[in-house]
Amino acid sequence: MNAPHHDPDYNFAYLDEQTKRMIRRAILKGIAVPGYQVPFASREMPMPYGWGTGGVQVTAACLVPEDRLKVIDQGADDTTNAVSIRRFFQRTAGVAATEKTTEASVIQTRHRIPETPLTEGQILVYQVPIPEPLRFLEPRESETRRMHALADYGLMHVKLYEDIARHGAIATAYAYPVEVEGRYVMDPSPIPKFDNPKLGDNPAIQLFGAGREQRIYALPPYTAVRSLDFEDYPFDPSKADHDCDLCGASGSYLDEVITDDQGSRMFVCSDTDYCETRRDAGHRGRFSPPEVQA
Amino acid sequence: MYVAVKGGERAIEAAHDWLAEERRGNPEVPELSIAQIREQMALAVNRVMAEGSLYDPDLAALAIKQARGDLIEAVFLIRAYRTTLPRFGGSVPVDTDKMALTRRISATFKDAPGGQVLGPTFDYTHRLLDFKLMAEGETPQAQTRDSAPEPAPHILHLLDRDGLMEPQPRHDTAPPALTRAPLELPATRPLRLQALTRGDEGFVLSMAYSTQRGYGRTHAFVGELRIGTVAVEMDIPELGFAVEIGEIELTECETVNQFTGSKTEPPQFTRGYGLVFGQSERKAISMSLVDRALRWKELGEEDTGAPAQDEEFVLYHCDNIQATGFLEHIKLPHYVDFQSELELIRRLRREAMTAHQEAAE
Repeated sequence: MNAPHHDPDYNFAYLDEQTKRMIRRAILKGIAVPGYQVPFASREMPMPYGWGTGGVQVTAACLVPEDRLKVIDQGADDTTNAVSIRRFFQRTAGVAATEKTTEASVIQTRHRIPETPLTEGQILVYQVPIPEPLRFLEPRESETRRMHALADYGLMHVKLYEDIARHGAIATAYAYPVEVEGRYVMDPSPIPKFDNPKLGDNPAIQLFGAGREQRIYALPPYTAVRSLDFEDYPFDPSKADHDCDLCGASGSYLDEVITDDQGSRMFVCSDTDYCETRRDAGHRGRFSPPEVQA
Repeated sequence: MYVAVKGGERAIEAAHDWLAEERRGNPEVPELSIAQIREQMALAVNRVMAEGSLYDPDLAALAIKQARGDLIEAVFLIRAYRTTLPRFGGSVPVDTDKMALTRRISATFKDAPGGQVLGPTFDYTHRLLDFKLMAEGETPQAQTRDSAPEPAPHILHLLDRDGLMEPQPRHDTAPPALTRAPLELPATRPLRLQALTRGDEGFVLSMAYSTQRGYGRTHAFVGELRIGTVAVEMDIPELGFAVEIGEIELTECETVNQFTGSKTEPPQFTRGYGLVFGQSERKAISMSLVDRALRWKELGEEDTGAPAQDEEFVLYHCDNIQATGFLEHIKLPHYVDFQSELELIRRLRREAMTAHQEAAE
C-alpha cells in the first residue's frame, strides 16, 4: 500500500492544532477523573450534530499518521454513517483503515463494543448523543451538574426501583447507567446492556465524545465499572436467546432480521468483523451455505 | 434468504450523484448564478449569514444554491466552513449611531432627529400576488432623493437623557465567545445575545410571540428599529490604532419595556436589545423581546415559569443546527438499541402473562 496522504486543503485530521490541543486537554482531564463529564468547546463539524460529531472530534484529536482506524455503527463496518466517517478520516487524515478489530489502533463506534476483546494500546472512541445519565430524570444541566458534584444519585436509584415495582425488572435495555470507580454515575452511550460488562477492567482506553452537548469523558484502562443494580435484582446483561445463524456464535450480540412477510426471522451477529472472522475459521450457523469444496 | 446489508459505500455515492442531478433540476431551465441568488434572494442570504454567524453574501448564496434552497442546510454549510477559518481577533464594537441608514423607524415617537425612514419594507404592501413578476424583463426604478446628512442619534438616548431609561453602563471587557468555549450557565447577557442572534429565526420568533401572549409578558414598544451599514474596525497592534476592514449591513432593534423601580428608586423604562446581520427585521425584534424576558432576574422580576424566561431552555434549544442534527439523527440505524428493547419487552410480557395465568388458576 502507498504511503497515506491526506487532503492538503485541510489540516491533518481536519481540526486545527489549537482545537486538537483543547480537545486533548479535555481528554486528559477526563482520563484523570474517570466518568466525569468534561465540558469542551465543541466545534461545528461538516457532519450534523447527533451523527457522531463528538466521536469525530475525539478521534481527530487522537489520530497520528501511523494509526489504523476502524469505524463501526451498530457493530458493522459497512453501515452508511460508519462508511461516511471512515471516508472523512481517510480523506482528511490519510490514515489506513481496517475492518479488523485486532488490527485497529483507534476504533470509533456507535452503539456497540466489539466482541473481540480489546488490548492495551488500543483506543475505543464512543459517539455519545446524551452524555448525562440523569437527563431524563432531570432536564436541567445546571441541576444535574450539581447532583454529580454531590454524588446525589438517589433519583436514579428511585427510578430503577420504580421500574422493578412496575415491571418486575429494570426496564432499561441500552444506555444502561454505570458507576465508575465508586464515584461518578456515567452513561455508557446507547450500547445494549449486553456490552456493559466489557466497559470495566478493559485494557484499552475508552473515550466518549458528545459534540452537541459539548462533553468528553473517559475510562482509563482497567477502570472499575459497575452497572447499577440491587442485591436482590442483580444486573443481567441479556441478549437474544439464539445462536448466530451465519457463524453459530452463542455468546455474541445478535441483530434480528425479518426474512419474509410470514414473520420468519433470523439472528446474526451485529459485529460483522467478529462474524466474518468466525466464518473464515470454519464456524457455521443454521443458515450457512453448504461448504464449497475446494 | 437473508443477504447481509452490504454496499453502503456504493449507495452513498449513487445518492450523492442523484442529489446533484436534482439540485440542477430541468437542464433546459437556465442555471441560477450565485450573483442572482445574492441580489434577488437577499433576505434568504441575510438569514443564512445571521444564523451561520458569517458575514459573506457570496458564500451564503453559494450555500443556498448547494442546499437547494433549504435554508437550515445552507446555514449548516456556512457553520461548517466557518469552523475552519482562523480567528484573527475581535473588532472594535461597531458604532450603530453612525450607521448609514436605509430604514429607521420608531413606534414610540412620531418624529425624532433624523426622521422616520421607511426604506425598502414589505410593511403596508398588500399581500397580493404580483403576477407581473411571472413575466420577465422589468427593471423597477424607485424615486431617489439626496439624503440629508442629518445625524440620527438613537432614540433611546433621548429618553436616557431625561433619566427615564435604565442606564446602560459601558463595559470594555471582552465578551465571552460562544463558539470558543462550552456554554456554561448562568450565562451573561452578551453570551445570551450571541446565542440569540445566531439562533433559529422561527424559534426566537415563537419565544418572542409567547411573551406577547402572556408567557413572561414585558410590554414591549419598538423604541427604534434601524437598518443600514456600519464600518467594522479592528485594532492593529503594529499600528497602534484601529483601521476599517470592511462594512456590514445590520438590523438593530431597541425596545422600551415596562418599568422597574422600588421604594427608593423611581421607576424607569427597561430595555431589550436585538442586533442581527443583514436586513433581518423580524429576527431583530424577536431577539429584543426574548432578551428582555430573559433579564427577569437582573431586574428583580418574578419568575412566572414562562419558557421565554428560562435561560437554559432558550439557550439550549435556539440553535437550529444542533436541533436539526439531533432530530434527524433518529434516521440513522438504531437496530442494536431497538433489539435490546424488543428482547426486554418480550421478556416483560412473558413474565406478566405467566403471572396472570398463575393468578387465574
